[in-house]
Amino acid sequence: MTLVFVEIEGPDAPSGSGGVQLTSAEAVTFARTNTAILDGGSAADSSPLEVAVIGALTDEARDRLAHLGVDRIHHIDSPDVHAYSAAAWAQALVDVAPTHGTVMASGTPRGMELMAHVAARLGARMAANVVAVDEDGFLRQVLGGAAFERLKLTGALQVLTVAGHACDPEDTAPTEPEILTHSPEASADDLRTRVVRTEVEEADDTSGLTQAKVVVGAGRGVGSADGFAEVLELADHLGGALGVSRVVTSLGWRPHAEQVGQTGSRISPDVYIACGISGAIQHWAGVQGAKSIIAINTDEEATMVQRADYAIIGDLHEVVAAINEEITRRRR
Amino acid sequence: MDILVCIKRVPDISGQITLDASGRDIDHGALGHTISAHEECAVELAVQLAGATDGEVTILTLGTDDAVEQLRASLAVGADDAVLIETEDPGAYGPEDIAFAIAEAVRTRANDSRSCDLVLVGNDAADTGDFQVGVRLAYELDRPVLTGITLLRLAEEAAEVDAASEGGPTSVEAYGIGPAGTEVFRLPLPAVVAVQEGGVEPRYPSIPGRMKAKKAPLDEVDAPEPVHGNPRNALELPPEQSSTVTVLGEGPEAAGALVDVLDELGVLR
Ligand SMILES: Cc1cc2nc3c(=O)[nH]c(=O)nc-3n(C[C@H](O)[C@H](O)[C@H](O)COP(=O)(O)OP(=O)(O)OC[C@H]3O[C@@H](n4cnc5c(N)ncnc54)[C@H](O)[C@@H]3O)c2cc1C
Ligand SMILES: Nc1ncnc2c1ncn2[C@@H]1O[C@H](COP(=O)(O)O)[C@@H](O)[C@H]1O
Repeated sequence: MTLVFVEIEGPDAPSGSGGVQLTSAEAVTFARTNTAILDGGSAADSSPLEVAVIGALTDEARDRLAHLGVDRIHHIDSPDVHAYSAAAWAQALVDVAPTHGTVMASGTPRGMELMAHVAARLGARMAANVVAVDEDGFLRQVLGGAAFERLKLTGALQVLTVAGHACDPEDTAPTEPEILTHSPEASADDLRTRVVRTEVEEADDTSGLTQAKVVVGAGRGVGSADGFAEVLELADHLGGALGVSRVVTSLGWRPHAEQVGQTGSRISPDVYIACGISGAIQHWAGVQGAKSIIAINTDEEATMVQRADYAIIGDLHEVVAAINEEITRRRR
Repeated sequence: MDILVCIKRVPDISGQITLDASGRDIDHGALGHTISAHEECAVELAVQLAGATDGEVTILTLGTDDAVEQLRASLAVGADDAVLIETEDPGAYGPEDIAFAIAEAVRTRANDSRSCDLVLVGNDAADTGDFQVGVRLAYELDRPVLTGITLLRLAEEAAEVDAASEGGPTSVEAYGIGPAGTEVFRLPLPAVVAVQEGGVEPRYPSIPGRMKAKKAPLDEVDAPEPVHGNPRNALELPPEQSSTVTVLGEGPEAAGALVDVLDELGVLR
C-alpha cells in the first residue's frame, strides 16, 4: 500500500484557500501512476491509494483528492496537531502507515522533514527528491539537480519524497474516497518541537514566489541594491514575483526569502525571466521547473542564455526599461 | 553552551561535471572542495551562540584525510577544535551509517566530559542531499530535532533561569520559515538542529583566525564499519542538451519581440 502525506494550502494562498497544494497533487499522481512498483511489485494495480491530511480537510481538498484518484483519506485532526510539530505529525503518520509498501510526500520543507522522521521512527530507508521509479529502483536528484542517482531501497517499507515537477498532476475518473478520522494524542516528548508562534512578515513569505505564474529573476548583473526598479516594475506589470540569485542576497541587495536555487526556493512558473544571471548549477536547480525561460544578459555565452528558450543580448537596465515601456504602450 | 557542528567536504561545482570511471561518483579531478552554504551558516550560528555563553565550538566530519582542509577552514572562522571520523571510503556510508558514526562520537566525547548541548548540521548536504542525517542523528541520540532553522537565539526566559543555575542555557529559541511565515520554536537542550541558509552571514577568516586554526587541536578517530551501506548504484548525468535558444535581438530594440513572446505565452494580462 502507498500512503501520501498531502499538504493543504493555507488561507493566504493566491489560488484561494483550502485546496491541495500543487506539489502534493503531483506526489499523489506519482503514487497513482506507479502503484504496482511502490507497493513492492507483488500487489495488483488495484491496491488502494491512501493519503493523510493533517488539520482541516476542506470540501475543496476532498473533491480534488477524489479527482486525483484517491481511495482513502486519513483525516488527522486534534488539538495536539494544530500547531506544527514534526515529531507529533510524523507519529500521527506512522500510526496510519502501512507495514509494506511506501510512505511518501512531496519534496517541500515539510515533506522532507516529516519523511525523515517517519523513516527514523519506522527504521525505514529514505530517498529524497525522487523523479522516477522502475523495477530497478529509484532515480533521484543530487548535486542540486546537476546529476541523478540510481538507488535501490531495501526493506518492506520505504520512505520517499518526490521532487517538485517530477510529473504533472493528472485527473482520473473521480473516486468516492472513504474518510477515516483520527484524533491523535501526542506524547510530551513529541510536543517539545512545537511551533510556539508564527510571525507573519511580508519579507519572509516565499509562497508568492513559489506559486507565481511569472517570476522575474535578477542577478549580479543588476549592479547594486539601487538597480531593482526596472525588474520590480516588470514583475508588477506581469502580476509576478521577484526572484534573485544567491549573489544578490549575499551582497545584501535583497532579502534571502527572494533567493531561488538549491539553497533558496524552487520555483515552477509558466515564465521565468532571468536578468543578469549567469545560470550556475545551484541557481538552475531552482528554476529548471519553469515552463519557459527568457534570459536577458550582456553575455550571449552565459549558461542561462544557452539554456533559455528566448534571449535578448544586452544591458538589462536598458532592455527591461524598454520592455516596461512597450507593455505600458500596448495597454494604453 | 558547547556546540558540535557537522560539516561535509563536497566538490565545488559551478559548471560542467563529468563522471569518474566507476560511474558512482563525479570526477573530482580539477574540482575544488567546499562545504554547503547551510553548513557555513551553522558554523557561524555556533560561533555566535558559544561566544555569547562562554561555550566552545567543535567541528566534526566523517570523511577522508582530505577533509582536514574543510575542518581547518571552519576553525579559522572561530571554532575551537575539530574531530575527523576517518574513513578511506566515505561513499560506502549511507545516511544511517553517518548518523550512527556521529552519534558514537558524541557519546564518546560525553563520556570524556565533553558533552555538547547542541549539535548543528546543514539542512541538506550539497552533494548527496539526503535530507535526513540530522533527523536520524537526533533519533540515535534521543534528542529533539528541528530542521530548516535559519536563526538560533538564547531565549530570554532561559537566560534568566540560567543566570541562577549552574549549567548553561536549558533552551534556545529557533526560527524557521514555514508556509505561513516565520515559525518560532522553544527548543529544550540538548538538541539537534538542521540549519538552513538565510539567517546569518558567514564571516570571512581573519589572519589571526587562520593562524589559530593551524594549531587548533584535531582529534582523529576511525569510522565504525558501515552497517546499512549506501543504496546508490550509479550516477547519471542529464542528457546533454544542445541549446535551442531563440535570440530575439540585441539591446532595447528587441523589447517589442519579447513582449510578443510574453503575449504568446499568455502571461501578458
Ligand atoms: C552549496 C551552494 C549553494 C548555492 N545555492 C545557490 C542558490 O540557491 N541560488 C543561487 O542563485 N546561487 C546559489 N549558489 C551560488 C552559485 O554557484 C552562483 O555563484 C550564483 O548563482 C551566481 O549568481 P549570479 O548569476 O547573479 O552572478 P554571476 O555568476 O556573477 O553572473 C552575473 C551575470 O550577469 C551578467 N551581467 C552583468 N552585467 C549585466 C548587465 N548590465 N546586463 C545584463 N547582464 C549582465 C553577466 O554576463 C553574468 O552572466 C550556491 C553555491 C553553492 C556552492
Ligand atoms: N560525512 C558527513 N560528515 C559530517 N556531517 C555530515 C556528513 N554527511 C552529512 N552530514 C551532515 O548532515 C547534513 C545533512 O546531510 P544529508 O542528510 O546527507 O543531506 C549535512 O549538511 C551535514 O551537516
